[in-house]
Amino acid sequence: MILRTIIDLDWRGRVFLLVLAAVAVLVPLLNLAVPAGSAFNVPTYLVSLLGKYLCYALLAIALDLVWGYCGILSLGHGAFFALGGYAMGMYLMRQIGPRGVYANPVLPDFMVFLNMKELPITWWGFGHFPYAMLMVLVVPGLLAFVFGWFAFRSRVTGVYLSIITQAMTYALLLAFFRNDMGFGGNNGLTDFKDILGFNIQAQSTRVALFVASVVALALGYLIARAMVTSAYGKVLIAIRDAESRARFMGYRVERYKLVAFTVSACMAGVAGALYVPQVGIINPSEFAAANSIEAVIWVAVGGRGTLVGAALGAVLVNWAKTWLTGAFPEVWVFGLGALFVLVTLFLPKGIIRTLSEWSARRSDQRAASAAAEAGIGAVQQPAGAE
Amino acid sequence: MSSVTSPELTQSILYLDGVSVSFDGFKALNSLSMVIGHGEMRAIIGPNGAGKTTMMDVITGKTRPDDGDVLFDGSVDLTRMDEASIAELGIGRKFQKPTVFESHTVDDNILLAMKGPRSAGSSLFGWRNRVRDDQKDQVLETIGLKDHRKRLAADLSHGQKQWLEIGMLLAQDPKLLLVDEPVAGMTDHETEQTAALLASIAKTHAVVVVEHDMHFVRALGCKVTCLHEGSVLAEGAIDAVSTNDRVVEVYLGR
Repeated sequence: MILRTIIDLDWRGRVFLLVLAAVAVLVPLLNLAVPAGSAFNVPTYLVSLLGKYLCYALLAIALDLVWGYCGILSLGHGAFFALGGYAMGMYLMRQIGPRGVYANPVLPDFMVFLNMKELPITWWGFGHFPYAMLMVLVVPGLLAFVFGWFAFRSRVTGVYLSIITQAMTYALLLAFFRNDMGFGGNNGLTDFKDILGFNIQAQSTRVALFVASVVALALGYLIARAMVTSAYGKVLIAIRDAESRARFMGYRVERYKLVAFTVSACMAGVAGALYVPQVGIINPSEFAAANSIEAVIWVAVGGRGTLVGAALGAVLVNWAKTWLTGAFPEVWVFGLGALFVLVTLFLPKGIIRTLSEWSARRSDQRAASAAAEAGIGAVQQPAGAE
Repeated sequence: MSSVTSPELTQSILYLDGVSVSFDGFKALNSLSMVIGHGEMRAIIGPNGAGKTTMMDVITGKTRPDDGDVLFDGSVDLTRMDEASIAELGIGRKFQKPTVFESHTVDDNILLAMKGPRSAGSSLFGWRNRVRDDQKDQVLETIGLKDHRKRLAADLSHGQKQWLEIGMLLAQDPKLLLVDEPVAGMTDHETEQTAALLASIAKTHAVVVVEHDMHFVRALGCKVTCLHEGSVLAEGAIDAVSTNDRVVEVYLGR
């Protein structure tokens, strides 16, 4: 199915995958092979920064799948992202072993500090990489499934659904702040040492994590693309545009939504899991309501319902954020607000759609003028024959 | 269900008995009873607020009646089922406002409507992904949109949207078709075409048409039921109903 999707890809998708492939080759090359003094060298901090953007891009694609194609405006996707991140963080904490400050071979430092005697059940198995990776998918997926099961069955839609997704991420924020939860309280999880036996600070590990992010983004895109171009995706769009019509046609709207929402949450979880080792920390602030809203802005800027646009929006907005927070730290929040207002006013369809409509109009014009010229020629011909 | 053996019930595709619905004290349907036979075409008329749309809502599972029986095909109790399962049974509905899927092409609108498994799994991997264009030809020819198949539904004219929606119902191939005001906003020519289209559909399906336009109802040439304040006021041939004193009074005011 994925293979078919690659074959049937539109030009936009091909360009996207080509860019990703180029980035996956060039960035490691320019980082590892070009000497540090050279103008072409990509410094390691930049590799991780780009990796972070790619994780955001995957989150944006996950969000676009439910919002752009099914009309579910989730303001809680940051929660799925953070849960995936915590699952990865717990694995990384267990890898520290006796190298922590308290040198406890089993318990992470914060547990020793909190006088915990043994590993809580929630932490069991997280020493094993495959189990942790499974949890990266299962925890966000299960939460989305249970949440969606109740919300979609009770036919909660529109702004009400947005509000309860926001409440969900806020509730998780409060829960993860508590020390009793056993996830490190407000400090979260940090001081990671290594991943799969490789030093997490090492240049080569950073590059490997970057490449893994590129691969995850490409896979996430292809899965989402396969879904939205199948008949399933057509039903999703039908639900977005006329939900009750789809229902009267015999489609079980709640199940369609549930599938999309769950897949999307798993994708967001993977994004979070790749994000954590690259930034080196996960704490409850990742559950903050504002994070989820920012993700919505990325998708809106790039163009909802295009997948590629969502990824583009995520990278552009975050690049602007990095630049603005560095150059003018006070104005960033206003910049973000202004961006959302401006996009709503002038680019309501986002960058990608506006661009493609613009180019379609131009080619229409060109075709029209070509037709007009041909018309003139056709009129002139009999005149010449006379 | 003691009355299962009654001949009226076993010969009916749709059987409504004593159906009442009230919204905040307003009685939208007041002990409504009606029987539609297999393959029958029926026109429902009545002034605004007579309960026509609420009746459709009850039959298709959107609204649960407070009281009364709604039976499909003589035995299936519709009051306990949701919209999707009722649609699966074979009841199709066309809305008053044409609701086609605007961001899909005409082809895709028909594709989504086509009879067959409708689960998420089957539409992800199943047969609906392998439907060929020529499988939609017959429906598209019937509704006269074959030349427009690649156009977005949003770009169609009002009348074309109405036909597309009827075409979607045909593709769904229901046993009973509920059609709500199919000619509202249509030109005279389009109205005539629609009447002919519905008449040809009625040869193979039971059809219930809700309509205000008396000329159109006359063109359908079928049995007419007039609703008023949520129950049946008169029933019979169009000439008998339209000359009925009570019907005239209700429609024109005293």
